[in-house]
Amino acid sequence: RDWRTGCFDEECFGVLKMFILVLGLLVGSLMPLGGAASSPDTGTGHGGSHGNKDPGYAKNGNGTTYSKKPFPVLSFDYEHVRLPFEISLWVLLASLMKLGFHLIPRVSSIVPESCLLIVVGLLVGGLIKLVGEDPPVLESKIFFFYLLPPIILDAGYFMPIRQFTENLGTILMFAVVGTLWNSFFVGGLLYGVCQLEGHKLAYVDLLSCLLFGSIISAVDPVAVLAVFEEIHINELLHILVFGESLLNDAVTVVLYHLFEEYSSVGLITVTDVFLGIVCFLVVSLGGIVVGAIYGILAAFTSRFTSHTRVIEPLFVFVYSYMAYLSAEVFHLSGIMALIACGAVMRPYVEANISHKSHTTIKYFLKMWSSVSDTLIFIFLGVSTVAGPHQWNWTFVVATLIFCLVARVLGVVGLTFVINKFRIVKLTSKDQFIIAYGGLRGAIAFSLVYLLNPEHFPMRNMFLTAIITVIFFTVFVQGMTIRPLVDLLAVKKKQETKRSINEEIHTQFLDHLLTGIEDICGHYGHHHWKDKLNRFNKKYVKKCLIAGERSKEPQLIAFYHKMEMKQAIELVESGGGSKLPSALPSTVSMQNIQPKKPSQDRALPQLSKAREEEIRKILRTNLQRTRQRLRSYNRHTLIADPYEDGWNEMLIKRKKMKELEKKISQMNNYLTVPAPPPDSPTIARARLASDPQAWGLKSVTESIPTIKVDLASPQSPESVNVVDEFSKKGSQPKEEEGGLTMKVPSPAKQRKDKTPDEEPQQRLMRCLSDPGPAAEEEDEDEPFLP
Amino acid sequence: MGSFQSLPDDHQYRTLSQKTGFSLEQIAILHNRFKQLSQNEETLWRDDLKTIQDLESNPIRYQIIEAFFDRRNFQKDGVGSVEEIGFEEFLTVMSYFRAPAHRITEEQREEMRRAKLRFLFNMHDTDNDGTITLEEYRHVVEELLSRSGALGRETTKGIADAAMLEVASISVGPMAPDEFYEGITFEHFLKILKGTEIETRMHIRFLNMDTTVLCKQRCV
Repeated sequence: RDWRTGCFDEECFGVLKMFILVLGLLVGSLMPLGGAASSPDTGTGHGGSHGNKDPGYAKNGNGTTYSKKPFPVLSFDYEHVRLPFEISLWVLLASLMKLGFHLIPRVSSIVPESCLLIVVGLLVGGLIKLVGEDPPVLESKIFFFYLLPPIILDAGYFMPIRQFTENLGTILMFAVVGTLWNSFFVGGLLYGVCQLEGHKLAYVDLLSCLLFGSIISAVDPVAVLAVFEEIHINELLHILVFGESLLNDAVTVVLYHLFEEYSSVGLITVTDVFLGIVCFLVVSLGGIVVGAIYGILAAFTSRFTSHTRVIEPLFVFVYSYMAYLSAEVFHLSGIMALIACGAVMRPYVEANISHKSHTTIKYFLKMWSSVSDTLIFIFLGVSTVAGPHQWNWTFVVATLIFCLVARVLGVVGLTFVINKFRIVKLTSKDQFIIAYGGLRGAIAFSLVYLLNPEHFPMRNMFLTAIITVIFFTVFVQGMTIRPLVDLLAVKKKQETKRSINEEIHTQFLDHLLTGIEDICGHYGHHHWKDKLNRFNKKYVKKCLIAGERSKEPQLIAFYHKMEMKQAIELVESGGGSKLPSALPSTVSMQNIQPKKPSQDRALPQLSKAREEEIRKILRTNLQRTRQRLRSYNRHTLIADPYEDGWNEMLIKRKKMKELEKKISQMNNYLTVPAPPPDSPTIARARLASDPQAWGLKSVTESIPTIKVDLASPQSPESVNVVDEFSKKGSQPKEEEGGLTMKVPSPAKQRKDKTPDEEPQQRLMRCLSDPGPAAEEEDEDEPFLP
Repeated sequence: MGSFQSLPDDHQYRTLSQKTGFSLEQIAILHNRFKQLSQNEETLWRDDLKTIQDLESNPIRYQIIEAFFDRRNFQKDGVGSVEEIGFEEFLTVMSYFRAPAHRITEEQREEMRRAKLRFLFNMHDTDNDGTITLEEYRHVVEELLSRSGALGRETTKGIADAAMLEVASISVGPMAPDEFYEGITFEHFLKILKGTEIETRMHIRFLNMDTTVLCKQRCV
């Protein structure tokens, strides 16, 4: 439905009603209800109707140990569900808000979601304050333990590894050096301003300023994700800014602890600085190691989950969360642990788990991160209303200006250095986007909130300043980045599907470059990447991937994945006229032939009229798969091995009809665990060669046409229905005709039934999941492409 | 065994530098490597390249080695292959792996892209008829998968056929049943690899370092 032209006002009104209802509930839930909540005998006027009990009341006679009260039929006890109830209400509010924004088309295309959510938060906070209650503040513990991990895990699990590693040097430069520069610049200059200002700010010492600088200079992944996702910028810039926001966590953690620790003492020595650097290395590498360990554990566990497919997603989530918490135990960088865990486990886990688990993981992660994201922004708004503020014009304005200036200078300076080492240089447009995309967010807020007010009397001022900066970056920069991207004509993300050709040539190029490096004698980064790949294939995959998948080369995995996608698309589109784009519908194998036909058999000639007739019948029957009839040109004909066995062809067709029926019956069993957990290939072969599936069907006039069977390997990995049948139910074996190119017999006229075969074939392949025991392809990025 | 001037001959290097675009230091480094590989002889044979240890595990090593001896990569209209090459040819082949300079015009970039893609094309088109036929493409895929264990010839056939179909449908579009798609011509090849920015991807970083010697010198 097109929301733009639809019932705009009605929907809007509906949304508003929901909004008001939820708001009312929320506000109401926060009112003190203690008095009304507990006693069970209020409102139990109906108690008497329940029976023959004496209507004894609370006011009893003296000494009676047993006082009979009327049985409470309906009582109101809010207190004991208060906490979960409120949490659920907040989540509900957040989700309804999200829903609402997308129903209002005009607003959502101008204003990024994060801004709207903050505004909602402000409103809710304002309302709560009006009622006289204390609005809940975004507690740091809740933020760091419950709201942040889903977002980071989502980002880490689906991180494009290839681009990340290609640009790792650049990202690290921005993350580490850039953040350091920002912190010291902002902190130092702010100290100068405080000193200059006079008596009001003189109590702010250098270390506190540096601490503040380090908190505020970190680019926030939540905000970056929220804004960048909507502008669809090209992958390079996206990974640069986003990677920076993730990796600067280590720097922030170290600086934060360093300054916090020593601010009470008031002095930092050289040893402390040196220890700080060591600490940084420990924090970042330690975080990564912890994450990698948990990732490998998760991958290993997933190897054995073929019997309990239902809890596979759980392993992914729990192991990742444990990685985060374990890193936090040692005050290592939890974010880096989470990213490392997700990135390490992904290729192996995805090779092991079922397709449904993969979908589950994907959707759960997206759902959680979306809800988290929404809640964070709403709470930011509420906390703004709630939090203790101390407004100081100089400080706040100075902070804002210095942040912006530092960012711009940092990016420009670093790019100048980085471009000396990059092949694809960063242009000034890129630099602008990187600088402009440095948004601050809730992490900075929570870190300030964690400060102890006794040690930091200026905490409230810091809070105010941070909130101002956050608001500025999210509102002003967030809102204007989209038109700016369009204005500057920055390259957008290319929505191209990866084709098999690209995959082949990418692999070819990788090997070629490795070979040239070897010839040069230069151990460059292709060489090491190749070595790592080989190590991965030889040892790691064997360990962590179950069964035959461990030996599957990447090209074949990609090919199967593509095939799978095509099959699913075909089924989903109902075998409709629009074929999946990867499937070239307009060219069939008959058009691509070896130059000299291998055999030159004498084939029966067709009269022109007959040819035309056949063609006409075909055309009227080819609604779906648009297969082409091979022309009866004796020069281009290739003999069909089955030319003589048309009866067999007939039977095959009938069998396939039955198979389709059986498949649709199988549909009912797809969600039930299949009793014998065979290896998937045996399961598939069983399905294909099941004699019960075949029956006879009345054959109407049909002309068998060319069945282009694009993926017809005879390997155990996938099954070719047609060739299966040709062997009359035996196991598929090697056959020289990889593509079954059949010549329609001129003698018999049969109506075309292939349109059904294709979907069946596809159906079979993608529905050949006899329950949780099946193995299937998943969408995944190759680990080391 | 006449040695190919053991002292760097400036004039020679300069002409080479102009022809291939390498800097003088890079040419000196590559010359050292050439001498190392050819055991100080003037020309390089196929066997010399085959002795490189690291190439053993590369699935397409034969094609890479062949590319060095393919006349089409030396001259505009060369045909066939040679048995031995001199330093100039070695350098010419290496020059295909240079990265584009920072400030080059669109035309130069396009030219570089075409040259690199031509190199790749020649690697696939082994019989030098100007098209990559289905057989040749199948061979490419087979070689790529050759190191990966035996997963059936049919899979490779399937992959090669699917890829070929894709090329045909992208390049030529709908084809009538009696039309015949000969093979991938160079223009089609350009088309399918249009989006891959080959000029930046197909490069060896080493060849861009003007400064230090990164070549691993083994004792000859």
